[in-house]
Amino acid sequence: MDLGLFAQYTMNGLMLGMMYALVAVGFTLFFGVLDVIKFSHGDVLTVGAFTALASFVGLQTLGLQSPWVSLFVILVVATLAMAALGMLIARYLVMPLRSAPPLNTLLITLMLGTVLRECVRLFYPQGANPKPFPALLPRASIDFGEFNLRLDNVLMLAAGLAVILGLQFLLNRTRLGLAIRAVAQDEETARTMGINFTAIVLITFAIGSGLAAFAGVMNGLYYNEINFGIGLYLGVIGFSAAIIGGLGSIYGAILGGFLFAGLQTFATVVLPFSSAYKDVFAFAVVIAIMAWRPTGLIREKISERV
Amino acid sequence: MPRNVTLATFWPGFIALAVATVYLMALLGVERPAVVIALLVAAIAVVAAAAWLGLTAGVARSFTEHEDRLALCAIAGLIALAAFFHDDHFVLLLVTTVLLYSVACLGLNIQFGYAGVLNFAGASFFGIGAYTSAVLNGYTAVPHLLVLLIGGAVAALIGSLLLMPVLRTRGHYAAVVTIAFALLFKTFLEVNDVVGGPQGMQVKGMRILGWSFNDNIDIGSLSLSFYMNYFVLSALLLIAAFIVVRRLERSWIGLNLDALRLDETAASCFGLDIARWKVTAFLIGNFLIGLAGALYGMVGGFVAPNNYTFADSLILVSILLLGGIGNPWGLIAGTVIVVIVPEKLQAIQEYRFLLYALMVILVLLFRPEGLLPRPVRRYFTGWPS
Repeated sequence: MDLGLFAQYTMNGLMLGMMYALVAVGFTLFFGVLDVIKFSHGDVLTVGAFTALASFVGLQTLGLQSPWVSLFVILVVATLAMAALGMLIARYLVMPLRSAPPLNTLLITLMLGTVLRECVRLFYPQGANPKPFPALLPRASIDFGEFNLRLDNVLMLAAGLAVILGLQFLLNRTRLGLAIRAVAQDEETARTMGINFTAIVLITFAIGSGLAAFAGVMNGLYYNEINFGIGLYLGVIGFSAAIIGGLGSIYGAILGGFLFAGLQTFATVVLPFSSAYKDVFAFAVVIAIMAWRPTGLIREKISERV
Repeated sequence: MPRNVTLATFWPGFIALAVATVYLMALLGVERPAVVIALLVAAIAVVAAAAWLGLTAGVARSFTEHEDRLALCAIAGLIALAAFFHDDHFVLLLVTTVLLYSVACLGLNIQFGYAGVLNFAGASFFGIGAYTSAVLNGYTAVPHLLVLLIGGAVAALIGSLLLMPVLRTRGHYAAVVTIAFALLFKTFLEVNDVVGGPQGMQVKGMRILGWSFNDNIDIGSLSLSFYMNYFVLSALLLIAAFIVVRRLERSWIGLNLDALRLDETAASCFGLDIARWKVTAFLIGNFLIGLAGALYGMVGGFVAPNNYTFADSLILVSILLLGGIGNPWGLIAGTVIVVIVPEKLQAIQEYRFLLYALMVILVLLFRPEGLLPRPVRRYFTGWPS
């Protein structure tokens, strides 16, 4: 294959990987503090993307034209709104079921995801149809032979990287991050050290859901289109990515995200059958990896308590 | 035990079944939305009042003590229902759907309710059965009753591809295996042109020894809807599946499955082969789901990827949860509610996924054991539970 095309596919793969990694990090964070999987995470992303779209429409009617300001405003609105939604979900649906069997938590978040998805489909104006998402980033691009480097993609990659580095800094260098890690490691010890467990859990859910909103906006900007189903799709991919990487490990989640994107790109480019099968291939590989390493590539540390 | 005492506990269950049959006839018969809503509200009020007055405990007692007799009564009720609507295509189709979904949920019940093996791809296995009957009826001359069994077998076979990951993972990890499979399956159907792509394909109706199931039945002046054929077959299938599942639950196999669901470590300490029983439950469950799907494909006459999505799998799970996980009677009641209510209330048809999801959330928060909780296992009939 010629180098330009290769670079093009690499770039697309990196973009996808960044989105998947952002979603996967959310799953890992939630799992870290509460040992639960929040299956509604992907649909929070959908709601975030639609919130961004709605606030963009709102800004348009107010007569605001500058794309940079609009972008900033919709990002802030979507992120904050989803952070609040994430806290509500954690407070009223996930935490009350802590003592129930894990199946119940799993089901309640799956069903909540359905509720969010259906609400978008039914109650957003024409929510059942794909919606165009405004292209707010500059559309300039540079051609290198077959490789077309788009400025907006570069900006998005940089922004995603900045967010991940910021999260890394937050978790490893601040008191809040220390508290989150303490809760993830041992809830009871963390409590005895004077950490407000509920507050930390809620903040963690807020951070994770905010990241989902960010990924949702990014998804909209990348494809210039959103629909009510993106969340389910991205959610399952993000979860698979978090699982492949190993739940509870931020690096694992990021690794898993890029790995999944790599698999899809690989299926598109190298495998002989049509590119429509890329998801079939990628999910089949996920199932195979689960069979090989049941708790992910970077293994979750578990001990059997009898 | 004196005979009159046993019969006294029989009547509450009998009355409940009779009322339910008459009520279903009324609900299926009325057309006007206002009347439907009134009937539904009345049902909720009556059930709530009965629960408040403590009458439901009596019904539960008669079901544990006289299950066989009440099962016969339920079959009689079903026959009465079918006789009443003998020329109504739509109602018979609806009832047949309820019967087949019940069979599928019985399969899912073995997995979720007894063995504790998660399966969020129920609709996919249902779809595998349906597509099998579409392909086999369309391109081969395999006898159609055999096609049903093959449908079940294919579902179990494809399900066995997932065995490795399902066995080695648990909890959330196991859930993602089946969810990934559900998405994979639907994408595969959509992009694969051999089985019709997104448009799906037609399914030829059932034909046994020259008897076509898609012709109306005329006996003298009496004309029966052609769905009556499917209704009878589905009812037989449900009865057989119900007996099998109930026997399985009561047997030592069911006991093993319960033990392994409740505590895997303890079960393996007592020498139970965890993997063996999980595999058994997963395969039997998928076989039943595929069997039901194969017949449902022929009933509907059409299969398409959009009928077997992840959302549909979630509907199957919500039936289980609503009815009461592990209780076969409960899941039939759950299926009746989940299938019939949106069909009768066209206004909420569009909102059905939303409503079911909300309903399951409420059930999980306030009544996690479902509407009809599974009774405590009785080791010997006649013993107090």
